[in-house]
Amino acid sequence: MLADKDRIFTNVYGFQDWGLKAAQERGDWDDTKALIARGQDSIIQEIKDSGLRGRGGAGFPTGMKWSFMPKESKDGRPSFLVINADESEPGSCKDREIIRHDPHKLVEGALVAGFAMRARAAYIYIRGEFIREAETLFKAVAEAYDAGLLGKNAAGSGYDFDVFVHRGAGAYICGEETAMIESLEGKKGQPRLKPPFPAGAGLYGCPTTVNNVESIAVVPTILRRGASWFASFGRENNKGTKLFQISGHVNRPCVVEEAMSIPFSELIEKHCGGIRGGKDNLLAVIPGGSSVPLVPAEQIWDCPMDFDGLKELGSGLGTAGVIVMDKSTDVVRAISRISYFYKHESCGQCTPCREGTGWMWRVMERLRTGDAHIDEIDMLQQVTKQVEGHTICALGDAAAWPIQGLIKHFRPELERRIAEAGNLAEAAE
Amino acid sequence: MPKVTIDGEQIEVPDGATVLQACELAGKEIPRFCYHERLSIAGNCRMCLVEVKPGPPKPQASCALPAAEGQEIRTDSQMVKLAREGVMEFLLINHPLDCPICDQGGECDLQDQSVAYGRGGTRYYENKRAVTEKYMGPLIKTVMTRCIHCTRCVRFSEEIAGVDEIGALYRGESMQITTYLEKAAAHELSANVIDLCPVGALTSRPYAFEARPWELKKTLSIDVSDAVGANIRLDSRGREVLRALPRINDDVNEEWLSDKGRYMVDGLTRRRLDKVWIRKGGKLQAATWLDAFAAIKRAKPGASIAAIAGDVVDCETMFAAKTLLGAMGSTLLEGRQTGMSYPTGNLAAVNFNSTLAGIETADAILIVGSHVRWEAPLVNVRLRKAVKRGAKVFVVGPHWETTFPAEFLGDDAAVVHELPGHVTEALAKAERPAVIVGGAGLAAGVLDAALALDVQRDGWNGFNVLHMAASRMGGLMLGFAQKGGIADIARAEPKVVLALGADEVDWSQFAGSLKVYIGHHGDKGAHAADIILPAAAYSEKDGTYVNTEGRVQFAEKAVFAPGDAREDWTILRALADAFGVRVGFDSLAELQAKMISEVPALGVEGLASYGKLPKAGKTKAKGAIRYPIQDFYLTNPIARASVVMQRCSAELLHGEDLAEAAE
Repeated sequence: MLADKDRIFTNVYGFQDWGLKAAQERGDWDDTKALIARGQDSIIQEIKDSGLRGRGGAGFPTGMKWSFMPKESKDGRPSFLVINADESEPGSCKDREIIRHDPHKLVEGALVAGFAMRARAAYIYIRGEFIREAETLFKAVAEAYDAGLLGKNAAGSGYDFDVFVHRGAGAYICGEETAMIESLEGKKGQPRLKPPFPAGAGLYGCPTTVNNVESIAVVPTILRRGASWFASFGRENNKGTKLFQISGHVNRPCVVEEAMSIPFSELIEKHCGGIRGGKDNLLAVIPGGSSVPLVPAEQIWDCPMDFDGLKELGSGLGTAGVIVMDKSTDVVRAISRISYFYKHESCGQCTPCREGTGWMWRVMERLRTGDAHIDEIDMLQQVTKQVEGHTICALGDAAAWPIQGLIKHFRPELERRIAEAGNLAEAAE
Repeated sequence: MPKVTIDGEQIEVPDGATVLQACELAGKEIPRFCYHERLSIAGNCRMCLVEVKPGPPKPQASCALPAAEGQEIRTDSQMVKLAREGVMEFLLINHPLDCPICDQGGECDLQDQSVAYGRGGTRYYENKRAVTEKYMGPLIKTVMTRCIHCTRCVRFSEEIAGVDEIGALYRGESMQITTYLEKAAAHELSANVIDLCPVGALTSRPYAFEARPWELKKTLSIDVSDAVGANIRLDSRGREVLRALPRINDDVNEEWLSDKGRYMVDGLTRRRLDKVWIRKGGKLQAATWLDAFAAIKRAKPGASIAAIAGDVVDCETMFAAKTLLGAMGSTLLEGRQTGMSYPTGNLAAVNFNSTLAGIETADAILIVGSHVRWEAPLVNVRLRKAVKRGAKVFVVGPHWETTFPAEFLGDDAAVVHELPGHVTEALAKAERPAVIVGGAGLAAGVLDAALALDVQRDGWNGFNVLHMAASRMGGLMLGFAQKGGIADIARAEPKVVLALGADEVDWSQFAGSLKVYIGHHGDKGAHAADIILPAAAYSEKDGTYVNTEGRVQFAEKAVFAPGDAREDWTILRALADAFGVRVGFDSLAELQAKMISEVPALGVEGLASYGKLPKAGKTKAKGAIRYPIQDFYLTNPIARASVVMQRCSAELLHGEDLAEAAE
């Protein structure tokens, strides 16, 4: 279990005030000038050494991502940092906690990370539904400006840096990095084609890096305590601490900071008071937010909760939004509801996702009641394969994976429902 | 020049080419819906997927992927085939498959590509999506249930036309393409989205349920609705032209056509002159050709005969009239019907010298007295492109809604003599400066002032005159111009005036003349005429036209003229017999040979050379500039006869609500 002294987010439960003074007492904004004085390359190297992987779901090494940014502007274009606070993934609720209880970690991180990638400004794109959180964030940024920590000569470092908070309008797809850039530019939130990648031409055509809130918020602490401290947690290639968000059928759902690679069983038993009705009552777990395939109980129990461990099980860590389902769950209905979510949130730009998500949901709804033909399970599997990997952004994949997970692990359940419904239909005739 | 391997065959492709273009170069056909050469890349239909190594282990959209050195591209692998079949299935599940009642049938991209990639049957047993009708105006018929959301129409409006008229609402399956608040698409090029639409979602409203493409005879022709000379194809069945479509010509119209050029064709069957008429006692009465010729002969004009050419006549007609008058001893020829009298001694001074394609590359443009959007919508497209590349545009004349940033300098023509400092500086500093003088500018006498501007550089002549009449440059090359314009002809008081489709002339100045109207529509000219000889419209004769940049182009005959109407040159040839003079040709071929021997440039398709610009004269420009076109949709006799154009004018320009009310 992670010791209290090793926690980065010391106010994640809001027991203390979120304001600047309290944050400074917790260690934020402590000689930020010195962090910046280390220089861009040294900061990026430190982050690379720490093994920090992006906390938004894809797990791309953060330091490497920053190093793609141009070292100097050849044509006068500024660079930008965009911070993705559009946390809309069902099951995820970590960025929300960071912003409402520890916003200064994010704001300070924005300055340090922005400086490291030579950005002129950071845009924090916050989810539209996060009303109180946005208010807090606006206030936190204003506090930082008033204290001279942002703006001209930010934190006395000699570096000019601005942070803008932009509220989204409640579209899940705007959490995709290029759709977020489109939305920031005032356009309809639809993902862009890649290449060009944002590091080459992003916001307003300028080099841009899009990072998750958690990835940015941990940066100042990593720099203060050193890459080796951060890298001392978790397995190789899965370093550091991470906010896990456990929801569903556990006795005490919670958001908790833990070391990476903690076994699922430990996470549940230590922090969540165990599965509702005991270990044997566990049916399945969606380990990384709604878009990753579910994992049945017997496989997940001893699995290390990290990128590689879950990948081996055919799932993923995603945002570490762990959705626990016990045996009272109608798992087909649960996945069908997730399918509805993706149908509802598809932007409609490219064909497979626009047409496929609706089709998949409708078939799922029929499978839920068993009103289907046995062949349709295979057909649905094929349809998910026709969507996966054929779309502009990853929403198509995200819509396909939960269904693939269901068919892989719960095919007998689907077949049982079809058979039962068929029997009923025959009996009625 | 990266080298790529496509299906095992190595080829070299130009820098900046996409994988799709590379595949085309290698002769591989890549199916596509959203990709279009002249629009930005959307990459949303996912039909053009190919397998590319190195790259992620999934198919890539070839339209958006830059070709890079050493790429191995497969267009024929199992992965590619499955991917395209998958996309096709998705496109079809919510498509109504109502091809039998769809006007796109037979020329539909979705239909064609489903032959190659479609499944034999459906696996989709849910309800199909339906989309409510969207009103897009009198020209565009919508059946939005058929839409596959390729967004070509959206991109066209935004990028080419420069108006944000069409967009997408909602998201996911519920996404719908519509105009803003379902108002009619009102810009001058709106109907081009019909050609762009790869399915039957946007079809032609006037042409709805008229014909199938395979029933139509296709004839290559030239648009006469303005002086751009857009290359068109006339699709006809029997004796009727059913539609006009643009042909691709990058030098002239790219692949666009103005709504007027496209939709005035229904006017070709309305208000037609199909009989000979003679005015007796103030009233027109039907007559025979012989009566009419006898009546003209009785006027005994001798050399006192004039010919005035209208805006849409071809060079052959004008040359036949010129030859006839020459044989009678007259040179009273004029084509500038509204009384303009700019000097025509050097045609370079009244030509669009930068060429239409060239104006795209200009970096500072001064427009004097031209409402370009209405006078030449296709030139406006070019101007927009120039501005997108960084050109600055200044306009002298009353304000009109430009589709690009432009600065209006004032309404009075005298502004050209004292241009503001930043304008002269912009023109002086420009590498390719240009001036465009419009009809209103010519009328206000700005030609000399414009010639005095230094817009010539090494290999670049930026002096442009933008005409509005399809016959203008041809007429000027054939000498249809008097020093004092039409006033000179009125002063000569000719006994007979031949009006060659001349409908814009103030005929009161020829009160004492016998007015013989040779034309095709019962319009203003025919109303004033004493004798009417029915002739052929542009679709009914072979003809040569010269556009405003001096480009000689040939149009072919699509259908026969109705009733007693004859091709114009045959009427003039018969008149020669009536007058007892010899014109020296008995067939169109002979006429053309004679015309070419006199004006060799008319025999060669392409740009005519007019030599160097003359020195500027001393004429001072003065007076308020007034654009001659009051109504974009009703500028020539064919358009005025067209029900579609009348409806466009009423609804789009005068705000009448009759389109919906009438139904």
